[in-house]
Amino acid sequence: MTSDRKASDATVALSRRSFLVKTALAGGGLVLGLSLPIGESRSSSAETFEPNAFIRIGRDGQVVLTMPYVEMGQGTYTSIPMLIAEELEVGLEQVRLEHAPPNEKLYANPLLGVQATGNSNAIRGAWKPLREAGATARIMLIEAASRRWGVGAGHCRAEAGEVVHTPSGRRLNYGELAVEAAMIPPPAKVVLKNADEFKLIGTPARRLDVSGKVNGSALYGIDARPPGLKFATLAQSPVFGGRLKKVDDSAAMAIKGVRQIVRLDDAVAVVADHMGAAKKGLAALRIEWEDGRHAGLSTRDIARELEDATLKAGPVAQDIGDAAKALAGAATRVQASYHLPFLAHATMEPMNCTVHFRGHECEIWVGTQAIARVQAMAAKAAGLPPDKVTVHNHLIGGGFGRRLEADGAVRAVEIARQVDGPVKVVWTREEDIQHDMYRPYWVDRIEAGLDESGRPVAWSNRFAGSSVIARWLPPAFRNGLDPDTTEGAIDLVYSLPNFHVEYVRVEPPGIPTAFWRSVGPSHNVFVTESFIDELAAAAKQDAVAYRRALLDHNPRAKAVLELAAEKAGWGTPLPQGRGRGVALQNVFGSHLAQVAEVEVAKDGSVRVHRVVCAMDCGIVVNPDTVQAQIQSGVMFGVTAALYGEITLKSGRVEQANFDTYQMLRIDQAPSIEVYLVKSAEPPGGMGEAGTSGIVPAVANAVFAATGRRLRKMPIDPDTLKT
Amino acid sequence: MSFTIDVNGIPRSVDVDGDTPLLWVLRDVLGMTGTKFGCGMALCGACTVHLDSAAVRSCITTVDSIGEGKVTTIEAIGGTSAGAKVQRAWLEHEVPQCGYCQSGQIMSASALLADKPHPTDADIDDAMSGNICRCGTYVRIREAIKLAAGSQVKER
Repeated sequence: MTSDRKASDATVALSRRSFLVKTALAGGGLVLGLSLPIGESRSSSAETFEPNAFIRIGRDGQVVLTMPYVEMGQGTYTSIPMLIAEELEVGLEQVRLEHAPPNEKLYANPLLGVQATGNSNAIRGAWKPLREAGATARIMLIEAASRRWGVGAGHCRAEAGEVVHTPSGRRLNYGELAVEAAMIPPPAKVVLKNADEFKLIGTPARRLDVSGKVNGSALYGIDARPPGLKFATLAQSPVFGGRLKKVDDSAAMAIKGVRQIVRLDDAVAVVADHMGAAKKGLAALRIEWEDGRHAGLSTRDIARELEDATLKAGPVAQDIGDAAKALAGAATRVQASYHLPFLAHATMEPMNCTVHFRGHECEIWVGTQAIARVQAMAAKAAGLPPDKVTVHNHLIGGGFGRRLEADGAVRAVEIARQVDGPVKVVWTREEDIQHDMYRPYWVDRIEAGLDESGRPVAWSNRFAGSSVIARWLPPAFRNGLDPDTTEGAIDLVYSLPNFHVEYVRVEPPGIPTAFWRSVGPSHNVFVTESFIDELAAAAKQDAVAYRRALLDHNPRAKAVLELAAEKAGWGTPLPQGRGRGVALQNVFGSHLAQVAEVEVAKDGSVRVHRVVCAMDCGIVVNPDTVQAQIQSGVMFGVTAALYGEITLKSGRVEQANFDTYQMLRIDQAPSIEVYLVKSAEPPGGMGEAGTSGIVPAVANAVFAATGRRLRKMPIDPDTLKT
Repeated sequence: MSFTIDVNGIPRSVDVDGDTPLLWVLRDVLGMTGTKFGCGMALCGACTVHLDSAAVRSCITTVDSIGEGKVTTIEAIGGTSAGAKVQRAWLEHEVPQCGYCQSGQIMSASALLADKPHPTDADIDDAMSGNICRCGTYVRIREAIKLAAGSQVKER
């Protein structure tokens, strides 16, 4: 074990203990994987087998897996252990989990190069290295046993946390071998199992994180309670970039339980004995803001700037054949412009962060998708070196990209620097929505040419909007382009002989942008799948048949399209006012076809009744999680299609709570069917594809029902009245 | 001012203003963090508890309005027949994803089943549409309620 590892282990000890103790209280068979005897004492490194940063086996035989990805509902605390346990030959009920501490070197996501959970790539990134981690440990344990027994390693095998000498039937459990295994040099090369040898991967595993989530014992960042805790809530400048001018706090300070008012350059916080007093205190403050240069800004201004930007050339993201020439020679030309709005994340757990600033060091309790980023940015805000900042990660009450950002931790540190003792800063829902970092607004200008038969012979798209990557991961932004912003706009599933896509980066003034579930594809798949639908309509052809004819070189895409169409009863009659729409995509390494069935009422309101999904995500790790993630992604996307829009007026976000920023509710939720195509390809991402595809599927279904093409989201019922 | 309220069968005294929402008394004063904050305006249902067996939003229920009423939270709902059934069904269908809203979902579902042991889809819509789940676990919430009710589980 490296010294890095020792230091960072110490930093997570407290959060691990509180997390595990809490989950242990949940009881029940399913919690085994997270249970821990209270009063646990760590075995010393001399008695522990730690072949890598992910596995630790003590003399007691306890297998501890350190989770480099964080659980936010996507099932990663079950599927990642499945990868390790498969090769380590232990059952899921035999492992215990720990959140990984901040350490970019040990726990970076191989596909991102940083320690983060996002972009649907935990399984994709972990697929090889974490199975190798398990196999390495298994080989060393087997070697240790064979030496003890004086037999050839080839006569030993591992099963269920034990090494077995096959000829004699002798057995030693991993705990008995831990000390000796630690002395064995790691193998230079490991051979991984073939898919037909899997015992765990592909079988339905019960989620290890669920039991604490049905009895209130699961701990999120917002539940942290270090001793002596005070509670704070805040108001930030309602116009982005504005400043705090003046605060009259006399009424607030008179409220029972209010302890302190903290003034920052662009925010003010009320510190109290409980959040009730803090909120009451906040409402009693008389605050004057200096709005600054964005005071007159509206969404319309930003949209106009983006529209103008699509008139000028930008960096070429993909260029195949000669789109300009093919357009000029096309029998028919189809043009369209699409707009997608700013969107808030609206995680159910509002933004929060608990900080104890002690001058020379700082301790942080938070649920984050990017713990190393939080540590680095909090350290900067605290004026401390990163190793003086301890971060305890927690279960996340909704990430969706919001918790890839460290702004909430930075804010909490700024406040905590003025507070004696630990303080939990909880944003009101209004602050959470009005000071989110938003899915960018996008404008696309797109054109295609069709030949005499209606087949597309040219495709040309230029779009403008913010590059989140350019800010968040600058090295990945090169020559004006990044792989996230263009995903879903290029490398389409269809055979398009003349294809040209440009991206113009425009950072909107006065509103911060960030990743939002299904990131680049949340925008690009809406545009490409709406537009291919427009081409089918222009060619007077069936939307599924039209797509299918372009898929001769893409059997995986064709298979999911055909399966979804068949299961949805594509082509069968529907009652008046109803329509079906389809969308097809290959994003995050997975192929997904979705058919939405919608009903448009006379008042223009849209109801999504049924969604059929056919998925080829390669090898399936945990089948029920795949189902759950598609269901979840669909609901998230339907919410965006029906309601999602953040607007600015006079520089202020107009939406504030769930009355003005609506979420889909159970009485409006569609039924969802998910069909999986068996595949031997490496696993693809699952957390987001359901979201990016459903929005155009719904829009295309509205077209089928009404003949109205929706080129701007969300759906405006006024335009659909009959 | 001091108030004594019955929480999960135990009298608890707290010294707060009378207009303090029960939510913050539970979470911050009593340290019972299973009940969640979502919106503060009774729009999302994350803070749902039972007051004398009725589902209420604790974020707008002031401590001075409780009086002799009995408060039941997620931490104790497994001690009721409906609550235990709902929790088992939630595990069986693996309803939770991020799980943050699920305390509130379970409290609403338990109140529904205690009142209507065999709810129709319309009953489920009525009782559950005040609870937002951002992870969109609605398909499983519906199935789990039907399982808990012992009725045939079928997709709508």
